[in-house]
Amino acid sequence: MARFGMVIDTKKCVGCMDCVVACKTENNVPEGFNRDWIVQEVIGKYPDLHMEIRSERCNHCDNPPCVSCCPTGASHVHDLGGVVLVNHKECISCKACLASCPYDARFIHPDGYADKCTLCIHRVEKGMNPACVDVCPTHCMYFGDLDDPNSEVSKLLKSRKHHTNIPAAGTKPQIFYLM
Amino acid sequence: MNELTNTRNNLMIDPSMNVWGWEIPVYLFLGGFVAGMMIISGYFLFKGRNKETNCSCFYLPLISFVLLSAGMFTLFLDLEHKLYFWRLYTTFKIASPMSWGAWILILIYPILFVNILLRPPGFLLKKIQRLNSISEKMNAHPYLVKNIGVISMLAGAVLGIYTGVLLSSLGARPLWNTSILWVLFLVSGLSSAAAFVHMIAKDVYERELLAKADNGFLTLEIFVIILMITGLLTSSEAHIQAAELILSGPFAASFWVFVVTVGIIIPLFIQLLAVNHKIKHTPIAPIMVIAGGLILRFVIVSAGQYSHWSHEFFK
Amino acid sequence: MNSLSRRKFLKITGAVLGTAAALTGTAGMVVKSAKKIDEAKVKGIQKIPTYCDICFWKCGAIAYLKNGKLWKVEGNPIDPLSKGRLCPRGTGGVGAHYDPDRLKSPLIRKSLRGKEEWVEVTWDEAFDYIAEKMNKIKAQYGPESIALFSHGIGGTFFKHTLKAFGTQNISAPSFAQCRGPRDVGFKLTFGEDVSSPERTDIKNAKCIVLIGSHLGENMHNTQVQEFAEAIENGASVIVVDPRYSVAASKAKYYLPIKPGTDLALLLTWMNIIVKENLYDKEFVSRYGFGFEQFTAEISHYTPEWAYVETGIDPELIVKTAHEIARYRPASLIHPGRHATWYGDDTQRSRAIALLNALMGNWGVKGGFYTPVSMDVPSYPYPPYPESKKGKVDNPDNKYPFAHETITNGIREATITGKPYPIKGWFVYATNLIHALPNEEETIKAIQNLDLMVVIDVIPSEIAGWADVVLPESVYLERYDDINVEWFREPFVSLRQPVVDSPHDQKPNWWMAKKLAERLDLQNYYPWNHIEEYIEYRLNAVGYSFEQLKKDGIIPGEKQPIFTEEGALLEFPTPSGKVEFYSLQLAGAGFDPVPKYTKPQEPPPGYFRLLYGRAPVHSFGRTQSNRVLMDMMDENEIWINSDIAHRYGLKSGDYIKLKNIDGIVSNKIKVKATERIRTDCVYMVHGFGHNSKMLKGAYMKGASDAELITQYVIDPLMGGTGMNVNFVTFEVEV
Repeated sequence: MARFGMVIDTKKCVGCMDCVVACKTENNVPEGFNRDWIVQEVIGKYPDLHMEIRSERCNHCDNPPCVSCCPTGASHVHDLGGVVLVNHKECISCKACLASCPYDARFIHPDGYADKCTLCIHRVEKGMNPACVDVCPTHCMYFGDLDDPNSEVSKLLKSRKHHTNIPAAGTKPQIFYLM
Repeated sequence: MNELTNTRNNLMIDPSMNVWGWEIPVYLFLGGFVAGMMIISGYFLFKGRNKETNCSCFYLPLISFVLLSAGMFTLFLDLEHKLYFWRLYTTFKIASPMSWGAWILILIYPILFVNILLRPPGFLLKKIQRLNSISEKMNAHPYLVKNIGVISMLAGAVLGIYTGVLLSSLGARPLWNTSILWVLFLVSGLSSAAAFVHMIAKDVYERELLAKADNGFLTLEIFVIILMITGLLTSSEAHIQAAELILSGPFAASFWVFVVTVGIIIPLFIQLLAVNHKIKHTPIAPIMVIAGGLILRFVIVSAGQYSHWSHEFFK
Repeated sequence: MNSLSRRKFLKITGAVLGTAAALTGTAGMVVKSAKKIDEAKVKGIQKIPTYCDICFWKCGAIAYLKNGKLWKVEGNPIDPLSKGRLCPRGTGGVGAHYDPDRLKSPLIRKSLRGKEEWVEVTWDEAFDYIAEKMNKIKAQYGPESIALFSHGIGGTFFKHTLKAFGTQNISAPSFAQCRGPRDVGFKLTFGEDVSSPERTDIKNAKCIVLIGSHLGENMHNTQVQEFAEAIENGASVIVVDPRYSVAASKAKYYLPIKPGTDLALLLTWMNIIVKENLYDKEFVSRYGFGFEQFTAEISHYTPEWAYVETGIDPELIVKTAHEIARYRPASLIHPGRHATWYGDDTQRSRAIALLNALMGNWGVKGGFYTPVSMDVPSYPYPPYPESKKGKVDNPDNKYPFAHETITNGIREATITGKPYPIKGWFVYATNLIHALPNEEETIKAIQNLDLMVVIDVIPSEIAGWADVVLPESVYLERYDDINVEWFREPFVSLRQPVVDSPHDQKPNWWMAKKLAERLDLQNYYPWNHIEEYIEYRLNAVGYSFEQLKKDGIIPGEKQPIFTEEGALLEFPTPSGKVEFYSLQLAGAGFDPVPKYTKPQEPPPGYFRLLYGRAPVHSFGRTQSNRVLMDMMDENEIWINSDIAHRYGLKSGDYIKLKNIDGIVSNKIKVKATERIRTDCVYMVHGFGHNSKMLKGAYMKGASDAELITQYVIDPLMGGTGMNVNFVTFEVEV
């Protein structure tokens, strides 16, 4: 069984938001909403600073609270790669999943359902990468099967120091950041 | 301190989460209120004192019926995909408190209805005369009445607990993520319900009894709040920050003034004087308690949404 | 348009088949099947290659249509510039087509200039009006009295029409308000400039020095891609910037330099490298000219001296000098691009060129490659009329090293009428109000005009001042000239229409041709449609237009671009060598070796205003693009946290900025940050639009251009140094 995830190299990312724009046009994300976004985190005192730049999105957690809290089953884990998805037709938009996500990755689509990153499952099913991965001018994003020890993502995680976002929340995120 | 910038700007999510407005706090309050009412009326049924406690055992189930419906309506109002409401009842998701809640609300109705049948109100009797005989038959079996009381208490407790668990199961919000929240909401619901009886009961005995009970609930509520805050303050950094939101942060004013002072301490003081016959019973203290209960839900829901796991990466 | 032409084609085919079928008596069936094919074509996905125009980089792109509607734009994988990956602006290119604020039909001013009150007119009326005024100006002052300001490849045909009309006063702000000083500085040193795309071999560099260049925020696609590649390869990055830029966060060494003192640092670095014999001796002795004089001139610039000027720790200066030298020749001191900072910019750029020369990196991997191009001759037009008056922008060769037309020179002439009056302005795709310093002077010049024509896709501020506004189709709706690029590898790329223009917008070639016809210059347009023009150019060298339409790119054969591959080093300077000491500068009365001068200090309570780019916007041209607006809809003023605290400001507050001339900006959001020095503030250029027609961007953020009332002219080439303005905060908004 494949387990899809992403590895993002914060050393290379310049935070240009190309991933955000590509997601928008690829998935027709409505004006005023984003399925992915850029976080810049700065520590230190000028001029001794350190900055990490991250392209963030739904973490497609292994322990997704948004799926367990969903009263209708609209939020679900897809058979392919463990991707967390929302079935629009089943969503009553109670917003429990929005509140359950420590990453605030979800929002209510103007059409009235909970929406978020799908890892471009429509592309992945055709053997392509998510749009954000393929557009990145710095090639800082990698998509692949984390269960396959020979995949590029697995190799990167073996060879480089990395972290996930808010591991303490216990959701087992599947988006990893190389440091 | 870390300097964080985020390009995301989603409606209801940024700069801080605000997915639930007034509807959910009102819904949670009404749920707790009804829960309290069911426990109180159930208790008197169980004790076989339903004849003397006219208010608790006659009015409360009726009012519960109305308030529960109002609560369900506010929940409905909160949904963005209203036409899909029925989806809640095509499935049961064991891990989802929201799903539990939807079904609990449905199960509460027959229990309330059976409770009402014990003493059907005049307007119902006029319409359906058969009710009178059904009611008489039921009342002829004290054991049945007792059990209806037990079921009513249990269902009320489940309902009250659910309103707390709904929030505390959302681990992403550290303020809610405390296992004592259900106790707080249950006690607060009981105290609001007791205050309500204290306010409207005409019978002196019943009024006094519920006022005393309410004083107990309020005292208990203070302890629960202290325990909850202690729990948060001795937990992770995210939980400490969450506690600070209501202790000294942006929600501190409404918490200390409306929830603690106006909602608990002052009415407790007034009611203590009243039950000791130093002053007359007035609706002032009960109104304060009920309002405090409502504001408690507002504070917890808003501050909880605001609370967040801090980003702690550079280790 | 493509889908249309296909549909047309099918109709024709259908008709032909229909006729044939009618003869055989099966007409109904064939017509039906033709219809079916038609729908099938429009439904589903169509991919059409073109090249991008959201900035001037000209990346190859592929536009996707879904059911005949523009869906998305991706990079063209065979394009050497984008390598299949566009920058965020290019990816957001769809927003340019759908922008609701676009100019929709030709407009003629109906009240005072700048009031933005218009009458919608037909194209014929617009051209009649323009042609009449042009002829009047020609009769009264001569054709030279009309000037054209133009930016990007889209200006090609307007340039042609106006040259045919008889003027040489054609200019782009990209010289005197941007890269001019850099190009002049490199030309004076190496005899060649760094061109665009820059000939920097960033990806192979082992040490990259960025002086104020904020790659990553400045999204010149190829450069950012190569920068990331270099980082991945472990290149040592040194960033010199008063602001902790994105690039600074990737750096091994970040040098928090005091604004305006870069030259002090460069001279000191060179002194250390020369003194310690760390430079490329072979390169210098083989190709260098005047090295001894150079060594003597820079010998007094010590790290301790530089510390006082730049505020950078002397040890750090020495350490970074060693770091730069360690990786030579693969040490690249980036020449930058927007170089008009302090008025001494050509000399600073020359110092950058010299430091590169010390690394011996010219023509070497990790340094500067020799760009190559395909040999596609231009279209054979009749010769342009000659003018005896010469160009208006640089009378008496006042700025002797300006090798392009100086925009502010034309503006100056328009105001003064000297050396001769300028009475007509054509402005193509450049918002002069935001591009030129001192808006008041620009408006003063405009008020002297008899004709002001603006051709653009959006109603920018400059359009607001026009007499006639001509709405252009966006790049996704038009052909332009083919792009014969100078780059690592030769190639030709095509811009072709992907969708129809939504209203009455027209492509620039069509406008320029129609205008020429009105002016009786039709002999300068021997072709009827730009397709004929493109086909002619391609056929001249044996390339297929059909192939180019299909692929978007025709790659040429690889050619050597490094000396190790066989590329030849040539230095077309007067000495034929790399000029460490410049006799032509000395001859013109300038410093033959760059000399440091102290920048002006900000008055008490004022902060130096610095500006730069955001990755999601191009100049002031994209703020109403709804996709990009969604990424960033206003700019922020970066203020050091301690300073912000002192003024009681926190991130998210709104303030106004006031400059020393009393100009007050629109309100702008505060970004209180550790990421900037205490003596300057920073904002992204291009916001604070006050053109009422630009609804989406109207009054969002503040305009740095508005606050740039002061400027220092570079005496070598006439560029306008614009980092010389100081602002203070108006807290009550």
